[in-house]
Amino acid sequence: MFGIDVRQKAWSAGLIVLFFVAWELFCLMTGMSDLVLPRPSQVFVTLVERFPVLWPHIVQTLATTMFGFVLGVALGVALGAIIGVSKTAYDTCYPLLIGFSSIPKVAVVPIFVLWFGSGTVPAVLTALSICFFPIVVNIATGLATTEPELEDVLKALGASKLDILWNVGLPRTMPFFFASLKVAISYAFVGAVLSETVASNRGIGNVMMTASSNFNVPLVFAGLFVLAGLGVALYVVFSLIEGQVTGWATRKNDVIAT
Amino acid sequence: MQFGGQAAQIESGHLAQVLAKSLISRGPIAGIQLACTLVVMRMQPHAQFRGQPVPEGQAATAIELSDASVTFGRGDRAVPALSKTTLKIADGEFVALVGPSGCGKSTILRLVSGLVQPTGGVVIVGGREVAARAMRVGMAFQNPTMLPWMTIERNIMLPLKIVEPFRSNFRRLRKTEFRDKANTLLEQVGLKGFGSRYPWQLSGGMLQRANLCRALIHEPRMLLLDEPFGALDQFTREELWAILQNLWMTHKPTVLLVTHDLREAGFLASRICVMSARPGRILDDSHVVFARPRTVAMTFEPDFVALNQKLRAFIEDARSAAEQGTG
Repeated sequence: MFGIDVRQKAWSAGLIVLFFVAWELFCLMTGMSDLVLPRPSQVFVTLVERFPVLWPHIVQTLATTMFGFVLGVALGVALGAIIGVSKTAYDTCYPLLIGFSSIPKVAVVPIFVLWFGSGTVPAVLTALSICFFPIVVNIATGLATTEPELEDVLKALGASKLDILWNVGLPRTMPFFFASLKVAISYAFVGAVLSETVASNRGIGNVMMTASSNFNVPLVFAGLFVLAGLGVALYVVFSLIEGQVTGWATRKNDVIAT
Repeated sequence: MQFGGQAAQIESGHLAQVLAKSLISRGPIAGIQLACTLVVMRMQPHAQFRGQPVPEGQAATAIELSDASVTFGRGDRAVPALSKTTLKIADGEFVALVGPSGCGKSTILRLVSGLVQPTGGVVIVGGREVAARAMRVGMAFQNPTMLPWMTIERNIMLPLKIVEPFRSNFRRLRKTEFRDKANTLLEQVGLKGFGSRYPWQLSGGMLQRANLCRALIHEPRMLLLDEPFGALDQFTREELWAILQNLWMTHKPTVLLVTHDLREAGFLASRICVMSARPGRILDDSHVVFARPRTVAMTFEPDFVALNQKLRAFIEDARSAAEQGTG
């Protein structure tokens, strides 16, 4: 089992290396101008050279993302719990939620800017509004799938709604919750960068916008690389937490000799 | 744990309250009926109401349904699930409810557990009318519903987190006394050493045994089982019959078992009630006198087969009557 796991990882790493090598070779062979598509090696060099300048922007984007994410999770859990516990609330709120979630978030950034001015606040709000929906849906689904028989067993014992929520509902929701966190953190990141691109003078999104208007294409790509790196890092962090907290949900496939 | 203690005395304040409630909700006639019942009960106090030991040979009444009906929905959409059922079950009895599917067997269980309120008549459990509060009975269904993130031991201890007096002591005793309690039960159902396993590591039959343990851990006076062995294969089922019989003989709870399996009813129950098709009524009520502990071999003896035939005939009649009614 361990062997298969290592081989799988080697294949993944190989594919990434292959991708960059092919890109590099493609640029060299076609004599592509670095104004259109810089070679990966150029991008890496730019990234290293400009890192001291990029660093505060990285911090800004990360902070904005995390802030929006935390607010989005808090709001999402609260709303998801309310909707998941009561069938009536679920049916009542769902159409409105779908309506909100289908609005492209690019469209709301100008409104946030109008209300709060450009900068950090609209970025946080965009991150929040884009990441909170998957959490609401997953929490509500997790709660709504509690087995009715178990609910009857506990109600017959005199359990209150809160008892059932605490002992059964919330733990059952955890796999759904952490699965949604992975999605939500990526979304929050997208939201933050989006807003920075439109209206901010700080953050990776803003760096990329400025660089592209100066035709500093390698720096634009350096920004992209930073975003990809951060996105992967955040995803990994939440995957690790998920594995720690809700291992029981994925362990069913293991065979244990009894 | 003592039934009499739970029943307590019917105080005059409580009496008035029950009366007023039934007058409002069920009309004057039901109210008068209930008043008579309660007055008679007060005049001839049953041993259980005084918390005294029950006299020899006269078991206290654990469950009493008088003219209990349940209708789901209202107006044109109303579906009668149970019609005017009267049933009296003594403390410590093992009663099986059999009948065609959808005849309201499960509704009786839900009535007794307090999950459903009667729309007519009275349901008295443990000497008190089933009110909005739960009866703290042990229940087990066909689906064992063990929580996958907890070990079997902790799953079994779940009711102790809910029911007093265990609840207030849960943090203090969960690693000592309560755990021992869980393991004693596990040993009684042949799952010794499986307490630290997770549900996904156990087979269906083992999970169902754990389910029985969970239903009994808080020492309920009453155990309500809704087709607990329905999803198991024949051999596992027979094995579990013996285990349930042992549990009953050890703990002596009042058991109400809903089943489709007539052999199961004959093997386990001390009394079998046959119900009619929807809306359910009790067609036949007979005692099963075979000696205990019963064995699977006994279920093939002529007397036992004859009992099965008799029950089968009742259910066949009920089914054909229902078909004629609807046809």
